[in-house]
Amino acid sequence: MSNKIKLLQGNEACVEGALAAGMEFYAGYPITPSTEIAEISAQKLPAIGGHFIQMEDEIAGMAATLGGSLAGKKSMTATSGPGFSLKQENLGYGCIAEIPCVIVNVQRGGPSTGLPTSPSQGDIMQAKWGTHGDHPVIALYPNSVQEIFDITIECFNMAEKYRTPVILLLDEIIAHMREKVDLSSVDRIKIISRKRPTGPKEGYLPYKADEDLIPDMADFGTGYRQHVTGLTHDVTGFPSNSPKVALDMMTRLMKKIEINKEDIIKYEEYRLEDADFAIVAFGATSRAAKDTVNRLREDGVKAGLFRPITIWPLAEDALIGLSKKVNTIIVAEMNMGQYVYEVERVACKNCKVEFYGRIDGQPINPDEIYDFAREVLK
Amino acid sequence: MNTSALVKEYFREEKLPHIWCPGCGHGIVMHAVVRAIDNLKLDPEKICIVSGIGCSSRASGYMNFNTLHTTHGRALAFATGVKMANPSLEVLVLTGDGDCSAIGGNHLIHAARRNIDITTIAFNNNIYGMTGGQYSPTTPTDSYGTTAPYGNIDKPFDLCNLAKAAGATYVGRSTAYYAKQLTTLVENGIKNKGFSFIEAVSSCPTYYGRKNKKGDAVEMMKSLKDDYIDIKIAEKKPELAESKILMGEFYNKPEEEYTEKYQKIIDLLKKEQ
Repeated sequence: MSNKIKLLQGNEACVEGALAAGMEFYAGYPITPSTEIAEISAQKLPAIGGHFIQMEDEIAGMAATLGGSLAGKKSMTATSGPGFSLKQENLGYGCIAEIPCVIVNVQRGGPSTGLPTSPSQGDIMQAKWGTHGDHPVIALYPNSVQEIFDITIECFNMAEKYRTPVILLLDEIIAHMREKVDLSSVDRIKIISRKRPTGPKEGYLPYKADEDLIPDMADFGTGYRQHVTGLTHDVTGFPSNSPKVALDMMTRLMKKIEINKEDIIKYEEYRLEDADFAIVAFGATSRAAKDTVNRLREDGVKAGLFRPITIWPLAEDALIGLSKKVNTIIVAEMNMGQYVYEVERVACKNCKVEFYGRIDGQPINPDEIYDFAREVLK
Repeated sequence: MNTSALVKEYFREEKLPHIWCPGCGHGIVMHAVVRAIDNLKLDPEKICIVSGIGCSSRASGYMNFNTLHTTHGRALAFATGVKMANPSLEVLVLTGDGDCSAIGGNHLIHAARRNIDITTIAFNNNIYGMTGGQYSPTTPTDSYGTTAPYGNIDKPFDLCNLAKAAGATYVGRSTAYYAKQLTTLVENGIKNKGFSFIEAVSSCPTYYGRKNKKGDAVEMMKSLKDDYIDIKIAEKKPELAESKILMGEFYNKPEEEYTEKYQKIIDLLKKEQ
């Protein structure tokens, strides 16, 4: 038991989580502040018979990750802001062709090259809308090194279970922070692998979904011949221009996530039982917000924290419930306002929504949320 | 195997006829690829055909193997992932001049540099056909395209020289007219355990031909015969090679393959454990 307790850096815990989940393939490109994920994967994967490859660019990193998954291996890539932008087209390919994989985005200050070594939470909306066209998105965002380990496993599980790319959002602070991690937590998480076809190879329909809306996925080379394309396709996997086929495909893609929201959406509620004042924050900012909540409580303010762990799909029902309970919600995030728009959309009928942001590459500290909260409470 | 048996064995008959224009050379190139696979008696279940976007890349949909029709330019990057994750697969990339040397140029040189065991067949028709005749990196200088209405001022790539310089260990060129030679080159490319690059010169009567007054499909096919000379003949009789384009096997020097090198690391780490 004791040897399962380690002092790890966030990026390191991410690789440990990926390996615990069964990662066997990693393709990527070096970029600050995510590089340790590539470095540690390069060191550890061949030791378990897996494969690591440093590709020529970010686009290729995403493409090779999808290729590795189609060949049957649990696959991951990691990047930061500029690289996340470059990966977007092939991320959409993963969504339409339903290829499980995990994409880690360690957020840094943007736009463009921005602030490479400073934290940011500026890619919240990009995670949902970065690639063109409507598509389902699952994005999770832990806030401690232990949780990075656990949530990375969950990301693989969701990718495999729902046959879709899953985005793991981190920020420079939690990615480079070192904390105690209990790796035995993996024993409490069931490891999930994609459903593979077991029926006759002749007539295999790669995009014919079962009742759960998820089609069985065959590895290349196992006798289930298939055609995989980024074009809109029917159940056979071949392209079609039929409006009905397009509608059916899109409807199922969106619905397979929609009907599983309860399984996918995770959040933490802290001191919200009797609260009438809430702070909504995620990632590194939520750690500061928790401190602020405690200080407000000391002042006698009935404050609480709502921390979405699943950023997409939106924890809509929980946020509506929160808005009916409290008078005011403060959304604190290291950007100029992204998640707050979603909170406003679902909560503004029921309570006041205020925004506190920071975009200078500095973390949001507990004092400033506290001062802002006191201002709002006046 | 006769052609109709070949079609039954290796093509998805229900997906035919193909979308290529009358007179396009791509069908002949696709036939040569399948003929090479048949000659080598490869297990179709272990073959993975990866393509990008463009006229050439539609070929993957017609061929009855594991097929992957990727994003524009990225076929080699996807293929690298497939091959790395499962080196037992025989990976072929079907691509076009724009797909592999413009938007996908970076992936081409790096796949070649790594000498990863992928056989790339570049259908070179000197134009972007699917989008309607824009100039590509292999459109000759002074030729016309819809985006070169005053003549192309770009210098074209020699795709074979590019692949060779980047590190490909097998390089050859032939044309849709010399289908047998093309088949042999593809066969040798597959046999080479490393990165092989075959430039298959095709023709586009619809756009390149029409824009540049190259005549009809037959005349363009005649050019694919008359404008080319095998490198072996050219070396013996240089006077015949004047104003001709070289074809044939340009480079064949096997080197240690990428996934095999990686396997050595895996084996070494296993031993140490």
